[in-house]
Amino acid sequence: MTNISIASEAHLVEAIASATGPLNVEGRGTKRGFGRPAPSRPTLSLAGLAGVTAYEPAELVLDVKPGTTVAEITRLLAERNQELAFEPPDLGPLFGMAPDSGSIGGAIACNLAGPRRFKAGGARDHLLGFSAVSGRGEAFKAGGRVVKNVTGYDLCKLMAGSFGTLAVMTALSIKALPAPEKVRTLLLLGLDRTAAWEAMVKALSSGHEVSGAGFVPASLAPAFGEERLSSGVTVTALRLEGTARSVADRMTALRALLGGRSEELHTANSRTFWKRVGDVQPFAGDNRAVWRISVPPTRGPDIAEIVESIPGADAYFDWGGALAWAAVPNADAKSAEAIRTGVAAGGHATLVRAPDEIRAAVAPFQPLPPSLAALELRIKQQFDPRGILNPGRMWAETG
Amino acid sequence: MTLCMPAADPAVMVRRASIAEALRGLVPPANVITEEETLRAYDSDGLTAYRQPPMIVVLPETTAQVSAILKYCAREGIKVVPRGSGTGLSGGALPLADGITLGLGKFKRILEIDYPNRCIRAQPGVTNLALTQAVQHAGFYYAPDPSSQIACSIGGNVAENSGGVHCLKYGVTSNNILGLEAVLIDGTVVTIGGKHLDAGGYDLLGVMTGSEGLLAVITEVTVRILPKPTAAKALLLGFPSNEAAGICVSAVIAGGIIPAGMEMMDRPAIHAVENFVHAGYPLDVEAILIVELDGPPSEVEELIARVAALAREAGACYCRISANEAERLAFWSGRKNAFPAAGRISPDYYCMDGTIPRGALAKVLARIREMETRFGLSVANVFHAGDGNLHPLILYDANKPGELARAEAFGAEILKLCVEVGGVLTGEHGVGVEKRDLMPAMFNDIDLAQQQRLKCAFDPEGLLNPGKVFPTLHRCAELGRMHVHGGKTAFAGLPRF
Ligand SMILES: Cc1cc2nc3c(=O)[nH]c(=O)nc-3n(C[C@H](O)[C@H](O)[C@H](O)COP(=O)(O)OP(=O)(O)OC[C@H]3O[C@@H](n4cnc5c(N)ncnc54)[C@H](O)[C@@H]3O)c2cc1C
Repeated sequence: MTNISIASEAHLVEAIASATGPLNVEGRGTKRGFGRPAPSRPTLSLAGLAGVTAYEPAELVLDVKPGTTVAEITRLLAERNQELAFEPPDLGPLFGMAPDSGSIGGAIACNLAGPRRFKAGGARDHLLGFSAVSGRGEAFKAGGRVVKNVTGYDLCKLMAGSFGTLAVMTALSIKALPAPEKVRTLLLLGLDRTAAWEAMVKALSSGHEVSGAGFVPASLAPAFGEERLSSGVTVTALRLEGTARSVADRMTALRALLGGRSEELHTANSRTFWKRVGDVQPFAGDNRAVWRISVPPTRGPDIAEIVESIPGADAYFDWGGALAWAAVPNADAKSAEAIRTGVAAGGHATLVRAPDEIRAAVAPFQPLPPSLAALELRIKQQFDPRGILNPGRMWAETG
Repeated sequence: MTLCMPAADPAVMVRRASIAEALRGLVPPANVITEEETLRAYDSDGLTAYRQPPMIVVLPETTAQVSAILKYCAREGIKVVPRGSGTGLSGGALPLADGITLGLGKFKRILEIDYPNRCIRAQPGVTNLALTQAVQHAGFYYAPDPSSQIACSIGGNVAENSGGVHCLKYGVTSNNILGLEAVLIDGTVVTIGGKHLDAGGYDLLGVMTGSEGLLAVITEVTVRILPKPTAAKALLLGFPSNEAAGICVSAVIAGGIIPAGMEMMDRPAIHAVENFVHAGYPLDVEAILIVELDGPPSEVEELIARVAALAREAGACYCRISANEAERLAFWSGRKNAFPAAGRISPDYYCMDGTIPRGALAKVLARIREMETRFGLSVANVFHAGDGNLHPLILYDANKPGELARAEAFGAEILKLCVEVGGVLTGEHGVGVEKRDLMPAMFNDIDLAQQQRLKCAFDPEGLLNPGKVFPTLHRCAELGRMHVHGGKTAFAGLPRF
């Protein structure tokens, strides 16, 4: 099928306005396998619309074109000791693609966020403004370049997580933030689930500004690469970030608060560890289906139990126990039902990676109650009345 | 005041008595208000220059009642204006002569406090401060802290996406809520999100936050709460010029420090406040900054020292570090009383709310000074300097013919200046009716049409809070057909990002 490499906003307007049927929309294609499988169709590729157009460190803002790689942005910000605080995960390798190849447009459109989500917000919280072309073939903009802005509806939120089904972004203004000087991670070893969740709740309810909290079962500990984690024990990890002295003081306080057997990771090792957590590296190398399950933090253990009941399945937790990444050998209807039952009381489960036929049979995104499904369909129709942009990517009915 | 609102429909107004009767069948009869005198209490919000008594006020007590009212109004084609505490500063809750004001004042209960999941589920009429008060004994608080927090409702905060002095570090309302229950105009009750992150599907939580009562009526809010920082200290800094203060603000941020709050006041504001509350501000400076650092004690100490050094480099001529909690609160007492203090030095004041890039602070203040002469009115500047959110207070006397009109023209010019330097029309007070007609300074016809199309997905007949936010009302059918190729841009010279 034809690949239309978009060179400019005008070109995109033309391509959408003249489209006679549905189009697939992609940035650099690393997350092509995320969502309902797309039929073979002409594809709008935004990979060529790339580059950082402005970066003002003192204003904490960065203007980029959608095809710019997250890796390039990360490198540029690092030169000024800044970063994207939502830690956009690099899911490329999870989908069998090269690392560091994903685009910023894709990261925002999928509303991805790493371990700092519960403290610093998600992609949705870091998009300040954008220009886009709607399914109507009209170029429009929303938001701005400043953080405090309530001028008109917050369409940035709507674009983040809409998987290219409403409009195609051509320019983005994104928030940059100072990167922490030092990072340390406390690894509590051998806690059972109950104790692990108790420790996470305690740590996150303390004033020690924990910026990452996760639980790795013994079976997965070796997959996190640390020598000392290979000893067949569970790992409860708590991250502290800030100035050197502050991190050291808080580490002492946190250890005193939680007690027990523990290890510590310093800055470089901490960064590697949490990148593995966010990028879902433990499951990148295998061929199991991968679920991403978001629940209230204290519901995490229930999800762990459900996953355990599925033969050959594994799960580890991020976001203070509120986010599970689960790998399931057979992502059949039965295991999907078990997982979705686990979020019935609040939360959502997304089948992130699975073969096409499974993602066609099992709704990859959490099915919505009828009232919300109808509302989302009306929103889709208002942005893309002809159903041109990625129809069916999120839901069979809605788009 | 020449504010053009959608023409009141006489056919609806003549039915007032029967509409009230129908509403009395849906809520306890005493909760339907039709007496002129009582209606007058609802005739404006915090933007008191605009007044209009509503046709009827209805005060439901349950979500089911809200649903029944909206269903009735949708069927009968009656306009509805949602209202929280009425502290809004942009006329968002300004009533309509042919509309019902739906007050959420009876939704006053905190429904659940969940410490392990660090959230509170509350009804929309609960005040912002009550949320913090409900959890502070356990060492938690709700971060966004608008200055109106004793009075404003959490529902109103969500509708306006309100901010406060601590939003620099902790984010505004939209970054601090997890779930909503809301009622659509056809009476459908929707639940979005909950106690988990990222609701799933389109981010309706995000778009409903800041939608100024135009998309749905919020009937329940789940907010996240944070553990109180272990330490907090503030610096009171004085500068010989606004430029120097502006340089300090940029230097702190560029130095990798995100203070909990960084507030600035210019000379007229300092003097007004000092006369009013005696906060101990230096009077021989052109500008002051209050910079608060919070977090672990050792970090606070370290950053306080760094900020003090940066301030000295920027030319600060006064520097005091709060020695104890009482002193820290004294620094803030002045800032928190800035609006009432303005009210003491002038019969009336008009509070503006634009945002600019931090680097443009000094330039914008200089331009405002020039405008003072041109408009013959003076301004006291108070603002959230850390995030570039200005609150120029234009001092005027409504009893002097022409002064209000001049104040408004002055305000409009300031907001256009904000857009011109790369900022926006409103940082936290909302568009409402106040900035409605300025929207074309920031958005072209296509931008605005797309926003209005979003409303069509929620409210196809345009019955929820019409006449707010958008300068022109379009019917949804017309918007559906409209196709603007290349449309006109108000500031053709400005880069589109
Ligand atoms: C002295 C003073 C200081 C202030 N300081 C700040 C500040 O620091 N930061 C800041 O951001 N704001 C500030 N404000 C503005 C104001 O307090 C906020 O906008 C506040 O959030 C409004 O809440 P409210 O309950 O009074 O809403 P209202 O004024 O009643 O309504 C505001 C808007 O929200 C809609 N609305 C209200 N409740 C609902 C609901 N349940 N469902 C749907 N729509 C609803 C209304 O239709 C209206 O459009 C200040 C105001 C005053 C008077």
